Amino acid sequence: MADSAVHNAHAHPPGFAHQFETMDQQRESATMGMWVFLVTEILFFGGLFGSYIVYRALYHDSFEIGSNLLNIKFGAVNTIVLIGSSLTMALAIHAAQAGKKAREQMMWLLLTILLGAIFLALKFTFEWTADYHEHLIPGFGFVVRPEWGAAGPHVPIFFCFYFFMTGLHATHMIVGIPILFVMTWMASRNKFNADYNAPLENTGLYWHFVDIVWIFLFPLLYLVGGRWGTH
Amino acid sequence: MSGHVVPVKTYLLIFFALMILTIATTGAAFVDMGIWNTPVALAIATAKMILVVLFFMHAKYTHGLTQVVILCGFFFLALLVAFTLADELTRHWGPQPHAWSAILLLARGVF
Repeated sequence: MADSAVHNAHAHPPGFAHQFETMDQQRESATMGMWVFLVTEILFFGGLFGSYIVYRALYHDSFEIGSNLLNIKFGAVNTIVLIGSSLTMALAIHAAQAGKKAREQMMWLLLTILLGAIFLALKFTFEWTADYHEHLIPGFGFVVRPEWGAAGPHVPIFFCFYFFMTGLHATHMIVGIPILFVMTWMASRNKFNADYNAPLENTGLYWHFVDIVWIFLFPLLYLVGGRWGTH
Repeated sequence: MSGHVVPVKTYLLIFFALMILTIATTGAAFVDMGIWNTPVALAIATAKMILVVLFFMHAKYTHGLTQVVILCGFFFLALLVAFTLADELTRHWGPQPHAWSAILLLARGVF
């Protein structure tokens, strides 16, 4: 009885957990926790980026040949699509923070999902399929071409990096899209408002992180070879 | 009470800047800049990352403690790369100089 009287006296806003002093402290705890996770993600991808640097230093010419074999149009279009999805994600969080209606939050979230799906569709159904037909997938009928010369035998190493890095990145997006659907469902039930939107904010942090990984993959995989000799 | 709300105009400006940088980095790949192609591509990517982290991820508006956590991530990434390269890039260095061998023999004699 006494408990519930104390409880009522505080008049908690919806979504406010008891262990926190203020909503501000609760929000900051969620943000920092998410960033600690993202730090582990930086190092998770960092292992691949680190080995990419080492092998690029060892087989510089092979990496340039490999990079030139990728279709720069897919890389550039996908960069624009993914940065666009980051914008719609930021606008979904903005809609919640500004106290906009659930409908607007849902609209931006669904747009984010759509753009993410376009990215994956381009990657899997067009780009990787084309790579397969050109015999560029190590382990699946990779053909070393005679015109690559002495650098030829190490070109598959570049393609191992290409498929593992873009594959791990795509895996993160495949994980992110169901999370975005859950956020859309939560938004439809009016869970997010100006005071409480931590799940949405943290999903946004994850999505933007995946965007940043791509921002580095695009130059490292598609651009380092230079294109002045091929167009 | 509620956290800092970034205006929509800021998001659109950042998106616009990111698009310009994407076009710039793609265009730069078609220009032969000698050894500078990779540094330019990475510099543009880093600029894009900073824009995303500061504005889309709200790092500019968050508490100092969280900002330290973010910097720690990049610090540990730098450690990972620096120590890996310190090993990898010095492997082909020649055998230890005579002076080093002398010091080592001396040390062995002492212990």
